[in-house]
Amino acid sequence: MKKILTSLALLGLVAAGTAAIAAEEHNPAAPTHFPINEPKEMSWSFAGPFGTYDKAQLQRGLKVYKEVCSACHSMNLVAFRTLEGLGYSEAQIKTLAAGYTIHDGPNDAGDMFDRPGKPSDHFPAPFPNTEAAAAANGGAAPPDMSLLAKARGVERGFPRFIFDIFTQYAQGGPDYIHSLLTGYDQTPPAGMVIPEGTHYNPYFLSGVSLKMPKPLSDGQVTYDDGSPQTVDQYARDVAAFLMWAAEPHLEERKKTGFRVLVFMLLFGALVYMTKRKVWADVPH
Amino acid sequence: MSEGHSTYTPKNGIERWFDARMPLPRLVYDSFVAYPVPRNLNYMWTFGGILSIMLAAQILTGIVLAMHYTSDTNLAFDSVEKIMRDVNSGWLLRYLHSNGASFFFVAVYIHIFRGLFYGSYKAPRELLWILGCIIYLLMMATGFMGYVLPWGQMSFWGATVITGFFSAIPLVGNWIQELLLGGFAVDNPTLNRFFALHYLLPFMIAGVVVLHIWALHVVGQSNPTGIEVKSKTDTVPFTPYATIKDAFGMMVFLFVFAYFVFYLPNYLGHPDNYTVANPLKTPAHIVPEWYFLPFYAILRAITFNIGPINSKLGGVLCMFGAIAMLFLVPWLDTSKVRSAVYRPWYKLFFWLFVADAILLGWLGSQPAEGSYVFMAQMATLFYFAFFLVIMPVLGLIETPRRMPNSITEAVLEKNKRAGGYPTGAAAAPETKG
Amino acid sequence: MSATDIHDPNRRDFLYVATGMAAVVGAGAVAWPFIDQMRPDASTLALASVEVDVSSLQPGSSLIVKWRGKPVVVRNRTEKEMKDGAAVSLNDLKDPIARNANLAADAPATDANRTTPGKEAWMVMVQVCTHLGCIPLGQEGDFGGWFCPCHGSQYDTAGRIRKGPAPENMAIPVYQFISDTKIRIG
Repeated sequence: MKKILTSLALLGLVAAGTAAIAAEEHNPAAPTHFPINEPKEMSWSFAGPFGTYDKAQLQRGLKVYKEVCSACHSMNLVAFRTLEGLGYSEAQIKTLAAGYTIHDGPNDAGDMFDRPGKPSDHFPAPFPNTEAAAAANGGAAPPDMSLLAKARGVERGFPRFIFDIFTQYAQGGPDYIHSLLTGYDQTPPAGMVIPEGTHYNPYFLSGVSLKMPKPLSDGQVTYDDGSPQTVDQYARDVAAFLMWAAEPHLEERKKTGFRVLVFMLLFGALVYMTKRKVWADVPH
Repeated sequence: MSEGHSTYTPKNGIERWFDARMPLPRLVYDSFVAYPVPRNLNYMWTFGGILSIMLAAQILTGIVLAMHYTSDTNLAFDSVEKIMRDVNSGWLLRYLHSNGASFFFVAVYIHIFRGLFYGSYKAPRELLWILGCIIYLLMMATGFMGYVLPWGQMSFWGATVITGFFSAIPLVGNWIQELLLGGFAVDNPTLNRFFALHYLLPFMIAGVVVLHIWALHVVGQSNPTGIEVKSKTDTVPFTPYATIKDAFGMMVFLFVFAYFVFYLPNYLGHPDNYTVANPLKTPAHIVPEWYFLPFYAILRAITFNIGPINSKLGGVLCMFGAIAMLFLVPWLDTSKVRSAVYRPWYKLFFWLFVADAILLGWLGSQPAEGSYVFMAQMATLFYFAFFLVIMPVLGLIETPRRMPNSITEAVLEKNKRAGGYPTGAAAAPETKG
Repeated sequence: MSATDIHDPNRRDFLYVATGMAAVVGAGAVAWPFIDQMRPDASTLALASVEVDVSSLQPGSSLIVKWRGKPVVVRNRTEKEMKDGAAVSLNDLKDPIARNANLAADAPATDANRTTPGKEAWMVMVQVCTHLGCIPLGQEGDFGGWFCPCHGSQYDTAGRIRKGPAPENMAIPVYQFISDTKIRIG
């Protein structure tokens, strides 16, 4: 055991040395690693072993998505029926779905037609195809939002990725989305070149700036439950909603996991006692 | 310890009937009940059983996932998401399978390093070791092809990079690459054949596992002292002694596995694989699954031409060479002593090698730039030096420590030091079976 | 406690029994998701209800919609068909149960029980033969109802089995008229 510890210590030294070498000096106007700023770690209701979604927050997030994001971003994988996870009743979902127009067909005459949405439909996309989405948005198609909260994440680096195992940090996606949405309106360092038609955001994962202009402003979306109508609150709510959209079974997963682990702990203890008993009189 | 005569006696009419026609109960009894194992095996020896469980779990979860998966480039990504969202318990089965692959590799790496530490590859277990290396190779192929199936960005670009290895082969390289891909780039034919092969290979692994266990049961388990079994007092029957110890090892391992499945299911994956594959856009950093990272670091470390071999081919050769080293280990190690317990210098270099492998893994995850490249080159150098220089030379010049005469003696010495058991308890448990 | 007891089958130790039972419970819990995944998934169940516009159906015509992967016939019956159906005595029926999912499980197979009150002209029925699942042909056979070409089962104008190997009347799914011209099935 001592040997293992010694080796681990040695490894730690090597790694620390490497990190020191890697942290070469850099010019703030020409950064080489992105994002420039790390995402801020927020506190989320769905974090940790007993995490659950805050349904009121998800409903507010859906409202932000509907009124702001959905103008450009599709959410192809999410069906209206699954909005039950946000605490809506069947009737509410029906009404909500009927508010959307779904392009369907062909009918008996062979024509495509529009009809009101049904709970089994998915959120319709704002553009008919990726090419149209790219053409309407300066050449870059806005990403689909169904999995965004799992498809984005800033590398944690050594040694944080070790600690993350024990703290169960799995909120890199929502943290990133929140930071990005609240990271506009900052002045770039002197001398930094911001390409035409893009917007500086030090939290952006793959460059100094992105095509999407600042999407949210204070008071833009009206909340009915008295929550503050600020960019920060909008960003939190929509990030939480996107986490739900990406991982609708999160609550079930964590609940099942707790039961499984408790059972394994008890069963493991029984197996251990049996093992002790079996080996009791055999020196080994 | 070799397969002596069977001690199985049929207990009733049904068993006698079977025994006369197809002695399967006898085979099971001789292999998993009466089979003698050294009494001093530690928990490092439970990983064989753990690996069997993981293989079975992967095959089972894989078969049910295949009931819902569609191997078509237009549908693959969405079909995986359908499993995650709509299929009953689908999220659980999919997370079990994807994390199961990682934990399969965790177990196999511990198993391999255990073999390297205790000299388990030395005569007469060379064939056993080589069969294990073949299983490892098949696992890598299976893991790689499985990672392509969800058809995310990393799936696509991982497949592009790895099949690109073959284009480094002189003259026929491009032909081989097109043969593998079924086209000029990773596309629908590639996905379909990878799915077919990903379904096939685990059963080939299971086949080689049978050979691996057969070879094991011919020569018997090695043990922490590396001293061969000399008398019946050195061993205990597999059941209940080894079975219950294996069971506890499994429980601990599966507990950690379950922790990841339920609380950190995406920790070992890459966010980019939740974006559907786009053949026109490469992700910023292409990173393979963690279990390939050391070899990936070696691949990228060769940035220079070696004589007539260009750096691309050189990198691929080094990478495959790094795996090939394992096959040669039984003949590279010249020491007469098996276990590192009695080899102070080998022990030191072994742990340096472990550190080196972990360092290579970490470097494989970092961008290939600046000082990382130099460090990867040094780590690669040590990797090969460990096998090609240290192993053969150390065996000739090292003075091993004094060894006990038998396993029983080693056990009694250890217990005397720990003050554990009364001396009278040393009777062979065999006689009580 | 000596090692001899380990193999003594007469002294089942509590610890061993408890461990064994926990193992069985664990194995059962592990097996469940593997069975669970075979059940119809959420997207399949979500499509389990369809709405049909029947405003264009004249008496004597029918349309077929797909519901849960099976054909459901909606037929606007003629006067004659209704009369033929109502004239049948329950004693002549091979299967005297209505098989109507909107009624009690033991409702008798009268013509009225095969339809909806006030909408006796309308037959809404899963057009699948109760023998081995073929699709019967409409308005054929000895009883002017349905005839299954696979094995010769004959149904009357209310979809009741009258002759042939099929054991039951064709099933009536859960449905309701949500307006005079719209039916929701499921």
